[in-house]
Amino acid sequence: MFKKIGFRLIFVVAITSLIIIGVSAYFSVQSQSKELISEVERHANQLSETVVASTRFDMTLNQRDRIQQIIKSIGTQKHIRDVRILNKVGEIIYSSDSSNINKMVDKNAESCFVCHAADQPLEHLSMTERTRIFKVHPDSNRVLGIITPIYNEKSCWQADCHAHDADQKVLGVLDVSISLSEVDKSILNSEWKILFFAIFAIVGVGLVIAFFIRRWVSNPVHDLLHATQQVSQGNLNYAIKEMSDDEIGKLAFSFNNMTKKLSEARLQLFQSDKMASLGRLAAGVAHEINNPLTGVLTYSSFLLKRTKDNPEFQEDLKVIVRETIRSREIVKSLLDFARQSVPKKIEADINEIIIKAISVIDNQLNINKVKIEKQIDNNLPKITVDSNQMEQVFINLFVNACDAIGKVGGTITVSTQKISLTPFGTAQIKKATCRKRHSLIDNDYKIDGMPALKVKVVSEGKEGIIHLDPVYGKHRNNFDIGFTIGKNAKYVCPDCNNSLIQENKTCPKCGAPILAFEISGEGIYEVCSSENSNWERWESVDSAGLREFIEIKVKDTGSGINNEDLPKIFDPFFSTKGQKGNGLGLAVIWGIIDNHNGTITVNSDLGKGTTFTIRIPFIQQR
Amino acid sequence: MKKHTDILVIDDEQVIVDAVVKICALDNYTVDVALNTKTGLEKIANNHYPIIISDIMMPDGDGFEILEAVKSKKEDSAVIMATGFSTVENAVNSLYKGAVSFIPKPFTVDELLSTVYRVNNFQKIVEKQKVLIQQQKNDEILFVACPTKYLRLGYSTWMFQEREGTVLVGMCDIYMKTIDSIQQIELLNHEEEIAQGIACASFICANDRNHRILAPLSGRIVEVNETIKNDPNLIEKDPYFDGWIYRIIPANYDYEIKYLIPCSSDRL
Repeated sequence: MFKKIGFRLIFVVAITSLIIIGVSAYFSVQSQSKELISEVERHANQLSETVVASTRFDMTLNQRDRIQQIIKSIGTQKHIRDVRILNKVGEIIYSSDSSNINKMVDKNAESCFVCHAADQPLEHLSMTERTRIFKVHPDSNRVLGIITPIYNEKSCWQADCHAHDADQKVLGVLDVSISLSEVDKSILNSEWKILFFAIFAIVGVGLVIAFFIRRWVSNPVHDLLHATQQVSQGNLNYAIKEMSDDEIGKLAFSFNNMTKKLSEARLQLFQSDKMASLGRLAAGVAHEINNPLTGVLTYSSFLLKRTKDNPEFQEDLKVIVRETIRSREIVKSLLDFARQSVPKKIEADINEIIIKAISVIDNQLNINKVKIEKQIDNNLPKITVDSNQMEQVFINLFVNACDAIGKVGGTITVSTQKISLTPFGTAQIKKATCRKRHSLIDNDYKIDGMPALKVKVVSEGKEGIIHLDPVYGKHRNNFDIGFTIGKNAKYVCPDCNNSLIQENKTCPKCGAPILAFEISGEGIYEVCSSENSNWERWESVDSAGLREFIEIKVKDTGSGINNEDLPKIFDPFFSTKGQKGNGLGLAVIWGIIDNHNGTITVNSDLGKGTTFTIRIPFIQQR
Repeated sequence: MKKHTDILVIDDEQVIVDAVVKICALDNYTVDVALNTKTGLEKIANNHYPIIISDIMMPDGDGFEILEAVKSKKEDSAVIMATGFSTVENAVNSLYKGAVSFIPKPFTVDELLSTVYRVNNFQKIVEKQKVLIQQQKNDEILFVACPTKYLRLGYSTWMFQEREGTVLVGMCDIYMKTIDSIQQIELLNHEEEIAQGIACASFICANDRNHRILAPLSGRIVEVNETIKNDPNLIEKDPYFDGWIYRIIPANYDYEIKYLIPCSSDRL
C-alpha cells in the first residue's frame, strides 16, 4: 500500500497538517488557559480585597462571631473552596470550615512558604507571588489560592481590644482558595474541540487530496501502467483512450504516438523480413525448376522443328511447347516477385475489378443463360489489393456459380458494401503460441474452415486434445474428448506440456481456470477453460475498436452444396465437379483472401443456391 | 591437330548440354561440351571456340570465371550466358562484364538458334575487323560505333539522357549488323513500364528468328517512335538518331547506369 504514489502523498500531507494543527492548537490552548487563570486570579484578588474590607470594621470592634459568620457565608459560595484568616503565628482564626479554627498551619505550608521561605518574612508581595495553584490530592482538581496580607493600621492598634501592637507590620493573612475545576473543564473542553477539529481537518484534507490524486494522478497513471503492460505483452495496437490536458495527458499522448510508430516499424520489419525470405524461396525454386523446364522446352521445340512434315505430331508438340512456355512465365513471375520483394498490392476499386472479371467470362455466362445482377455500392473507398489476384478470385467464383447453375439458366447476384464490425465475433486468431513459442494452431482440425486452436487436457490419468474456435467471440469450441474433464485437469501445450493456464486469474463468470494464448504481435487471447462458460477476452483487438471491411457477396441460384461437403470446399483438391476441376479453385481463393487478411464464408441451401461472402479489411495490417 | 569446333557449351545439367548439342546441330554447328567449370576452363585453355555458351551457376564455380578466362586469352571468343537463375542482375552484370549475349533458361530451339546466329555473326564481324586492322584498311567501316555520350548495355542497346531528363533508348549498330533485316517489330505501348535487362521489344526476322531486345534502363515509356513501327528498317539505317525506339522517364537512373558501358570507351 505504501508503494502507491497516492498513499504516500496523502500520508505526507496528513503528517504536515497534523504538525501544523498540533502546534497551533498547543499555543492556542496555552494562551486560552493563561487567560482564564489570570481572570480567576483577578477575581480571587478582588474577592480577597472585598473580604478584608468588609471584615475590617468588625475586626476593629473585635466582633469575632460576626467575622466568622461573614467568612463562613462567603465560603459557601460556589467555586470557593476555602476562606480563612491566619494570625501572625500561623493559627487559623477564622475559617469557612469551622473545624479548622484554632489549628496551626506550618510555616512551610504552601500558603505560607512564599513569605516565610527566607529567614526574615517578606512584607510585600506582588499579585503573582501571592497566588499559587496546587492540588490537595494528586488526583483532585486544581485549586488556586491567594493570600492577602492584612497590614497593621492605626485603627488596629488603637482599637479597644488592644490585640495588636503598633510596631507590628503584618497582622495576619487572608487565604482564599478557589477551585479551578470549572476552568480546567473548559480548558479540557477546548482541547477536545481542537483535537476533533484537527482530526476532522486531517481526514477532510486527506479525502479531498485522495479524490483529486485519484482523478488526476492515480487513474491516468494506472491507465499508463496498464498500457505499458499491454505493450510489453506485444500488443502494440493498444491506445490510451481518455487523456487529460495535463502533463500525464501529454505523456499518454506521446505514449500512444510512440506505440503507433513502433507498431508501424515492426509491421514494416516483419513485412520486409517475410518478403525477403519469400523472395529467397522463390528464387531458389525458380532456379531448380528452370533446369528441368529447359530440358522439356528444348526437346519439345526441337521435336516440333524436326516433325514439320507430320501435322499430327505438330499439334500435340505445340501444346507441350505452349504449356512449357506458360510454366516458364509462371516461374518468371515468381522471380519478378522475388526481385520486387513486395506484393503487387495497389489501391484499387473493388467494383472495377468485379466488372473486369465479369467481362472476362461474359461469353461463358451467355452460353449458360446466366444473368449477372450487380448491387454495387458506388461509394466504396479504394482498398489496397492485388487486383490481378482479386480478379482471379471473382472469375473463379463466377465460373463456380455458373457450373452450379448448369444448363438451366439462372442468376448470379454480386453485391458490394462497406461494413463496420466489432472484433468480437469477427477477428480470427491466425497465430497462437504457448510460452515456449510452439504453435497451437491445428491445421488438421478446422472450425468453419479455419484452423482451430489445440489444447491438450490431462485429467485423472486420461488425456486428449480439445479444440477452440479461432474466431474471437464465436465460441464454437469442441470439448469432445471421450472423458469428463475433472476439476484439477491440466491444460497444456501438446508439444512441450507447459501449462496454458493463466495464473492468479479465474473466469469472472464461473471461476474456472483461464487459458492464455500468446498471439504474435497482438497481445494475449484469454478464454475460460470450462465447456459451459463462454467467457473470452482479447484485449488487444478490443482496444483497437471497430474494424471496417468491404463485404462482397456472390450469390447464385444453382444447385447448392451438401451440408457434408460444406466444411471441405476450401480444402485443396476437394472437388464436386468430378473430372472437370482440379479442386484447387476455392483453395486458391481462400489463399488470396487470407493473404489480404480477409475472410470468405459460404452459405448454401441445397437446390436453392449458394452465397459466398468475402470481407476484406480497409487497412491491410499484419 | 586442333580440330575446329564452333561452340563450347558449359553446363552442369546433362539434359541441357544434350539439348544444346542437338539444337546447334540443326544449324550445322559443331559443339563441344563441359559439365563443370573446371573442364570448361581447361578446354578453353587448350582450344579455340568462337562461341561459348556458359551457365552462370554451377557447383564448382560460376560463369563469370569463364568470362574472365576468355577475356584473358588472345583469341576472341563470344560468350553467351545462360542461366535458370535469370535475375536481372545476372543478365545485366554478365553483359557488363563482356558477354555478348544473355539467354534466360528455359529457352526454345528458336530462341537459342536466334541467339547463336546473332553471336556467330558478331564473331565474324569482330574477326573481319581484326583482319582489316592488320591490313591497315582503317577507312573501311563494318559498323558504326555509338556516339560518345551514349551508354550501352553490352553490344545490344544504347541509352542517352536528354536535357529534359528523359532517356532515349535504341539499338546499337553492331547488333543490327548481326541480324537479318527486320520483317516485323513488336513494341510496348506508351505508359508501359520497362525494366533494365528485361525484354522490351522483339524483332522478327527471316527464318522465324525472333530477337528479344533487353532494355538498357528501367522506366516508364512516355513516347514510342511511331516511324519505326511503319518502317523498321529505319533502325538499321540510322540506329543512333532517327531510329530510336522509346523515350522513357527513368526510374532508377543513378543505380542502373553502373551496369552500362560508356560508348566513349570504344574509341580508345
